[in-house]
Amino acid sequence: MRARLGLRFVALGYLALLLAIPVGLVLYRTFQHGLAAPVDSLTSSDGAHAFWLTLEITAISVAVNTVFGVAMALLLVRSRFPGKKLLSALVDLPLAVSPVVVGLALLLVYGRTGWFGTWLTDHGVRVIFSTPGMVLATIFVSLPFVVRETVPVLEELGTEQEQAASTLGASSWQTFWRVTLPAIRWGVGYGVVLTTARALGEFGAVSVVSGRLVGQTETLTLRVQNEFERFDLTGAYAASALLAVMAIAVLLVMTALERRRRAT
Amino acid sequence: MLLPLAAVVQKGLAGGLSQFWQEVSSRQALAALELTVVVSVIVTLINVVMGTLIAWVLVRDEFRGKSVVNALIDLPFALPTIVAGLTLLALYGPTSPLHVSVAYTRAGVGLALLFVTLPFVVRAVQPVLLELDKEVEQAAWSLGASPALTFRRIVLPSLRGAIVSGAGLGFARALGEFGSVVLISGNLPFKTEVSSVFVFGQIENDNVPAAAAVSLVLLLISFALLLVLQLFSRRQKHAG
Repeated sequence: MRARLGLRFVALGYLALLLAIPVGLVLYRTFQHGLAAPVDSLTSSDGAHAFWLTLEITAISVAVNTVFGVAMALLLVRSRFPGKKLLSALVDLPLAVSPVVVGLALLLVYGRTGWFGTWLTDHGVRVIFSTPGMVLATIFVSLPFVVRETVPVLEELGTEQEQAASTLGASSWQTFWRVTLPAIRWGVGYGVVLTTARALGEFGAVSVVSGRLVGQTETLTLRVQNEFERFDLTGAYAASALLAVMAIAVLLVMTALERRRRAT
Repeated sequence: MLLPLAAVVQKGLAGGLSQFWQEVSSRQALAALELTVVVSVIVTLINVVMGTLIAWVLVRDEFRGKSVVNALIDLPFALPTIVAGLTLLALYGPTSPLHVSVAYTRAGVGLALLFVTLPFVVRAVQPVLLELDKEVEQAAWSLGASPALTFRRIVLPSLRGAIVSGAGLGFARALGEFGSVVLISGNLPFKTEVSSVFVFGQIENDNVPAAAAVSLVLLLISFALLLVLQLFSRRQKHAG
């Protein structure tokens, strides 16, 4: 019994010192002199721009990765082709690659001196140091989540219901919308939540391709660093607190979804 | 996705193997790589111990607020890494209310990596521990085995696979980590500069060959790691 209490104490103490107290302290410091300063910082034109840019990038990335993720999961589970194992390993690669390396990779392809650089400049398309590049970076790093959450659900589901539907004359499109999608919705949902969290918080890859232009390519995470380096701690804490609140909201949704998923 | 990564490989090797080698073995690049690997190994070892312990407490112990603690474990996944860095700096930085500062030290780098890699081992071990039959443990106990012996002989062997895969993923994450380290480490070359920060610095200085060379090394390590983990998990499946 004493050993058990000791272990509990060690585990909770470790979590408190590493997670709970630091996060609590940031929230406390943000609001210790009242709401006015952090709210001013976030509603300033640069602050608001960073917020909306973050939401825009997240929305596009989540939409693309959801469609791609479900399609990829279907491909990985329902069909056979050579190189399938390799493809499945490749999907996980963004989890293991440093975000800075991802940024560099995009720079080398779409940058001014990159592979497509000349062609893009000739056609007046700007990818690096503007929103498209940041969207690409975010899509890249948050790519695996929907696939990874959907594959096991699809495997468990099997194909019997789908076969029944098509025997009864449903087109493959109808089968997908009416049979497959409802059955995998919690898995997909969980993946979407993880993708959202990652997209909101992406920093390294976006940092490389954005050029960090205040009021233009500055997302909330980049704003935290910019304000910190400008010694504007209020601004850095305000942006952090907003991101932390979004992260906690994501956690709550995750917990709720997890319960739903286990129930079904 | 593959195209950009191929570009890194191409750029890293564009000057031939000898130039690649020269870039990687420059003193600053080497120092950064060495620091990254050493700190990641230490962090992974701590994660193995603490992660398993936390998973055990979450599965086998009962106390009020356990579900809150359980949800808290995922916080490092949800919290943006730059916020994680700022957060740690608030408690363990120059303005620390505890008057301990690890800012601009290697310990600070380790702390940041511990924060972001915390969930990996916990989340890998937890489900296995949940499935594990409690009766075997109780049988060992009643036959006179001490709790420590029971854990080592009965529980640990079945957790080994989960611990290794969780630790491996955490290690890969630690190798490439950037956001949480960038504020707390101060990025002092030869002292607290990790590889990803080095790459970032070289990009900003327009020294793309050096950035690509070190990136290629990081890519190779993480790819090898993924491969080993996959082989390991396949072997585990066969053994089980």
